Amino acid sequence: MPLDKKQSLLWALRTHFNLTGTKYGCGLGYCGACTVLMDDEPVRSCSIYMEDVAGKKITTIEGLANGDKLHPVQQAFVDHDALQCGFCTPGMIMNAVGLLKKNPHPSREQIINGMEDNFCRCGAHTRIVDAIAEAAGKM
Amino acid sequence: MESRDIEKPFTLWRRDFFKVLGGGIYFLFNLGNVDEAQAAETEQRRTLPKDYNAFLRIAEDGTVTCYTGKIEMGQGVFTSLPQMMADELDVELEKVKIVMGDTTLCPYDAGTWGSLTTRQFGPAMLAATAEARAVLLSMGAEYLKTTPDQVAVSNGVISIKNNKKKKVTYGQLAKGQKIEKFLDVKPKPKDYSEYKIMGKSFLHADALEKVTGRALYTGDFRMPGMVWAKILRPPSHFAKLATVDTSGAEQFPGAQVIRDKDFIAVLHADPEKAEQALAKIRADYTFNEMEVDDKNVFDRMLKIPSNARVTASKGNLDSGRKNSGFLFESQFNNHYVAHAPIEPHTALAWMEGDIMMVRASTQSPFGTQEGVARELGVTLEKVRVIPPFLGGGFGGKAVSLQANEAAKLAKLSGKPVMVAWTREEEFFYDSFRPAAVVTIKSGITPSGEITLWDYHEYFAGSRGSETIYECPDQSTISHSSNQVHPFATGAWRAPANNTNTYARESQIDMMAAKAGMDPIEFRLKNLKDQRMIDVLKGLKEFVNWKPAVSPGKRGFGIACGFDAGGYVATMAEVKVNQATGEITVVRVACVQEIGFCVNPQGATIQMEGCITMGMGYALTEEVEFTGGAVKTSNFGTYKLPKFSWLPKIETKILDRLTPPQGGGEPAIITMGGALANAVYDACGARLYTLPMTRERVLEALARK
Ligand code: FES
Ligand code: FES
Repeated sequence: MPLDKKQSLLWALRTHFNLTGTKYGCGLGYCGACTVLMDDEPVRSCSIYMEDVAGKKITTIEGLANGDKLHPVQQAFVDHDALQCGFCTPGMIMNAVGLLKKNPHPSREQIINGMEDNFCRCGAHTRIVDAIAEAAGKM
Repeated sequence: MESRDIEKPFTLWRRDFFKVLGGGIYFLFNLGNVDEAQAAETEQRRTLPKDYNAFLRIAEDGTVTCYTGKIEMGQGVFTSLPQMMADELDVELEKVKIVMGDTTLCPYDAGTWGSLTTRQFGPAMLAATAEARAVLLSMGAEYLKTTPDQVAVSNGVISIKNNKKKKVTYGQLAKGQKIEKFLDVKPKPKDYSEYKIMGKSFLHADALEKVTGRALYTGDFRMPGMVWAKILRPPSHFAKLATVDTSGAEQFPGAQVIRDKDFIAVLHADPEKAEQALAKIRADYTFNEMEVDDKNVFDRMLKIPSNARVTASKGNLDSGRKNSGFLFESQFNNHYVAHAPIEPHTALAWMEGDIMMVRASTQSPFGTQEGVARELGVTLEKVRVIPPFLGGGFGGKAVSLQANEAAKLAKLSGKPVMVAWTREEEFFYDSFRPAAVVTIKSGITPSGEITLWDYHEYFAGSRGSETIYECPDQSTISHSSNQVHPFATGAWRAPANNTNTYARESQIDMMAAKAGMDPIEFRLKNLKDQRMIDVLKGLKEFVNWKPAVSPGKRGFGIACGFDAGGYVATMAEVKVNQATGEITVVRVACVQEIGFCVNPQGATIQMEGCITMGMGYALTEEVEFTGGAVKTSNFGTYKLPKFSWLPKIETKILDRLTPPQGGGEPAIITMGGALANAVYDACGARLYTLPMTRERVLEALARK
């Protein structure tokens, strides 16, 4: 399928590149399920057009692990059981990675603030915060 | 294959096992009728096959597979069921697999609702695997030319007790076999205290796939020639299509318009293009609205005719009234709430020969199969539903209209069709938790004995409406009607019980305050149910409770209740900003008793999930609507619990060696009551309507 400048990054990833780890949750920038990194900054891929992506480096959940070795944030999510249905998880992890890139040693409050607009309906919040706090020490 | 009548759901015929799955030893068993009671609750009545609805297969390679119609939706059964089986059969956990929800491979199941999987499956699975183990042991003994009492099993190897060299594995016993054994006795499984694997904490087995983005949810599947469908939606559930002009969409490059009466869809290889093409359709509607909105809904509920059903009655309400020193009369309201799983309803359908294949985000694969078969006018065996990972359900994915849509479009277009609802469609078609009213007239003696309990619930559902407290003169009545809601309603995590527990526990709190008693003491004084007493006393100890009469300005609220066989008591601590009406939840402590806890880690996670989700219905979640037009369309106005809300959460599960009960729901039922009582304790304002938005808190403060 041809790429289109007016296409959203989210759907280009999910259809054109078949990178389906990035999820649709609301399409309007509220939920964070579609979070990816653009030049190491977390962005909501549902609200970004392809024309704004030119020349930028995009990292998705699929590109985070190094072969079989999980990224510390991914590992911490597994270790802390920081997920239930797992649908919000890729967006949570990408947002957390972006957060830690900017602030490698966040306080608990800074983690909470940084994750505030990523939604989890299953209520895995406490464990997500714990996981990010632990990963911070390991990056 | 014979064609079967829709009343008798198609499941794998026994004689087809060997053809479809291969040789081995099959143990068929029946999980009993628990499902039927559940199914009735969610109005999914359907005749269950009488002979069996789950089975285990021992394959030639020694693997053990359980085939079940249940699905994994975040409750962790993917992990807990294999644990139980491995433990009971004495095989390594790695050798145990589970196949869930495939309507062709798995036996019929009414659906996976919330927490019931462990509760229903637990005892039945244990009984069946214990029986399977006994059969395997006697087969092994026969093979080793001895008697069953002379053999022992460890890690799937049966050996003679005093001659370990003489042995045979489960796999060897299964080799070249085509054995099926129907287990209809219910043996007593091992004593719960004997389990090695169960009872310990286990992490989710599927976590690795989920953190790497490899886990495939319905919307992640791709097929050659697949198209995305966008469907024309009415502005209200009471709107009827009058005129429509689809020419704009037809001219859209690459788009195909499909129309079947009022059902109009645009297909395109690109989902966003399909959406753009759909926007070019011009449609007009006529309306025949229901006169109801989120403002007048409760008044209307008390006015419209309803069917009253007495669910409990004892003594005589008049004498109860006469014996009461203080009387109380309240009306509690609860708004519609949405399930709002982060994954919206999605389905992919395609034809394979004459079989309609469906992948769907559903909590009820067999219900989906039946719906699709009915939609297409074909028999059940012409439809196969395979549910992949589910991105949350909470009861909302018991209904799977999207699968019917995908199947219909796949049939009409001859292409694989993906229907992935937008968030807006998800809100519009959700089967909301019903809005409801509870009225209670109650009375106590001056020393705090409950003497009158006259309880009416309107349209909440009866689950959890039982009076858990002792009262000589009482009556509980459930009101129902099919004319009350302007849109679909259905089961939401712990259906009915959130409303009932909120109302009852608020009323109890009011009576305790009037009696000048500490809220826990008041409850204990009026309780006889030992399990409820135990969780309340457990909570008292857990939080180191200092008795005080409410409102004690501490912001502490108590609530207790039971659901799905589990007992729960919760203490919440809040701060109320009296200028803005904002409630901050500082701490939630919860004690739960769910019998023998199969997976403590899983159960703890479920409790945390309940507490977080419970804050949502208690504080902010509310669907706005005018008649059949759902005005809530996205998370901008529908406020889900967020990270910054997180209180300090403390949970405790009481150790019991009694049969396992559901752990996925009890902890949510007490959240409304505990928070409302905490708000009262903090500032003396009583909240009679959930959610307790800032505006309502300010109103209640002004009323004080
Ligand atoms: S899908 Fe992008 S923020 Fe929700
Ligand atoms: S784990 Fe289900 S939405 Fe977060």
